Amino acid sequence: MRWRRHTRHLTGFLVVLPSIALVGVFVYGFIGRTLWASLTDWGKDPSQALAISPITHFVGLDNYRELFTGIIDGRFRQDLVSTVYFTLFFIAGCLLLGLVLAILIDHKPRAEGFFRGLFLFPFALSFVVTGTIWRWLLQPGGGVNQLPTLVGLPPGGFGWLTSRTQVFRFDWNHLPVIAGVLVAVALAAVAAVAQRARNRRRAVAAAAATVAVVAWTVGAAPDIQPLPFPEVHGFNLAFLGILVAAVWQMAGYTMALYLAGLTGISEELREAAVVEGATGFQVYTRIILPLLAPITLSAMIILGHISLKIFDLVFAMAGPDNARTDVPALLMFITSFRGNQFAKGAAIGVVLLLMVALIVVPYLRSQLREGAQE
Amino acid sequence: MTGPIGSAGRWRWLMYLALCLAASFFLMPVYMMVVTALKDPSEISLDTAWRLPTVWNWATFPAAWEAFVPKLQNSFVLTISASAASAIIGSLNGYVFAKWPFPGSRIVFALILFGMFIPYQSILIPLFGFIRSIGLYGSIWGLVVVHTVYGIPITTLIFRNYYVGIPDSLVEASSLEGAGFFAIYRHVVFPLSLPGFVVVVIWQFTQIWNEFLFAVSLSNPASQPITVALAQLAGGEAVRWNLPMAGALLAAVPTLVVYVVFGRYFVRGLLAGSVKG
Repeated sequence: MRWRRHTRHLTGFLVVLPSIALVGVFVYGFIGRTLWASLTDWGKDPSQALAISPITHFVGLDNYRELFTGIIDGRFRQDLVSTVYFTLFFIAGCLLLGLVLAILIDHKPRAEGFFRGLFLFPFALSFVVTGTIWRWLLQPGGGVNQLPTLVGLPPGGFGWLTSRTQVFRFDWNHLPVIAGVLVAVALAAVAAVAQRARNRRRAVAAAAATVAVVAWTVGAAPDIQPLPFPEVHGFNLAFLGILVAAVWQMAGYTMALYLAGLTGISEELREAAVVEGATGFQVYTRIILPLLAPITLSAMIILGHISLKIFDLVFAMAGPDNARTDVPALLMFITSFRGNQFAKGAAIGVVLLLMVALIVVPYLRSQLREGAQE
Repeated sequence: MTGPIGSAGRWRWLMYLALCLAASFFLMPVYMMVVTALKDPSEISLDTAWRLPTVWNWATFPAAWEAFVPKLQNSFVLTISASAASAIIGSLNGYVFAKWPFPGSRIVFALILFGMFIPYQSILIPLFGFIRSIGLYGSIWGLVVVHTVYGIPITTLIFRNYYVGIPDSLVEASSLEGAGFFAIYRHVVFPLSLPGFVVVVIWQFTQIWNEFLFAVSLSNPASQPITVALAQLAGGEAVRWNLPMAGALLAAVPTLVVYVVFGRYFVRGLLAGSVKG
């Protein structure tokens, strides 16, 4: 029998082996090579940039240092700020609209199937298609800005994709302090949750980490000056047009996730709540929303990683090389394939990967653990 | 059956009002796309964008069709080959992970899954070099290879979750009768796989058809898929907007047909994308 179990294992392993090899090379091997490239000067010498086997030199973390503290790479820092703001607003927009749509559908209107299908169809489209249409809709003098004239009002004049206004501005040199405060708040939240779940060890560890981060933020962070001059970044309002199109495309997806969760909440539970005297509004705030919390978390992570990677929608709506609506995913492409600055492009790719991994890896771990327990 | 708020009936008109507002938000771009596509270029101007065309310019579609047919062909070849290849690989992988786990298979599964979340910018430079070195840069087959490989994580995930639902007793019964790994796959698992294949193929078809980053980095004008051609047409200076709109419609039709015909399976694939291993 033991021998049979071994052949069993071996057969399974051998069948998966080609995939392991392919993913091993194309995902992990290539990430390794990107990481290596980001530590070289590949592209600094134009004659070597496109050579089949370019001569490059190891430069350590110089590329990263330039990206975060170099004078010429301010565009990357603005992109980083843009993508974080964009992600926050995109997640908020999708969750809000998606939840409203799901609740509406959950009320079983007539033509329920039609509405559901209508709200979800943009998800089947390419971001390039969406971007092409919305680009036309959001032209400064037409489309959406002409809508008020249909009811006799003067046309709007907002530059959905061209606005030069920047809001929520801050100096890059304050970033260490801002980051410290955010991390401290997050750790404090972890401690509070652990305390409520009676996980003493985790609560104490998180509380200790909070204190350490607060101390660092107050004591050391103000002295860290990444740049020798103030450099202000913020949220470019030219992203609003892209946000509208992105929410249009992904709100239905969020609705579908919520609907899957809503059908799992039994009718009895809702009726019981109504019998107990809960108003319709309370049924939602006290029972349904808390039960949907895990779905909200999943949706936030899925939408978040889509948003950090967003490339095609911005490309189609504002062009690939538009400083006001740039994101790191586009800058990596431009830097590498238009500018032939491969080492710097690789470094941007690595930063992007780290940001995505930061939200996806914990999620994947908890999902797989949950799956194993079922 | 009604939800908790609407049961009173008094406020149901409010629900319908909200639904209609939402519907018009979702339909607005569709209306604009069709109306603009059917206008004569001379009639397209920003302040009359919402009006119906005075003369219906059906000639836009033959023009767009002619410009886009080679790109549509590229997209079809790419999408069908890569969807089929990644579905077959994913089915075998899913079968192993669900029914023939080996020591360490859980961690291998997790490592494979991570591949579907990575930003492809983090592998694009070596990938570009690799595709160029094997002589497939600018060829549609280079893109087929790329989409097959990067499709493995999601197809493996969907099939694994699907096969977990097949009772172990079925597999064990055939195993006791002396059937081996492949015999069980062929006679027991594969015949039950049709819904799984539908979900996976639909998902992959939509994803690959709509994909842009690989397409724009690894193709040349001859091997361009439709998304790249559309982005270039719409991104040019002084565009006549009827053509991009017709092109957008052409690029959208295949995935929309899939969505309308196979809606139920489409939603299943979408939900599978949120993991649960």
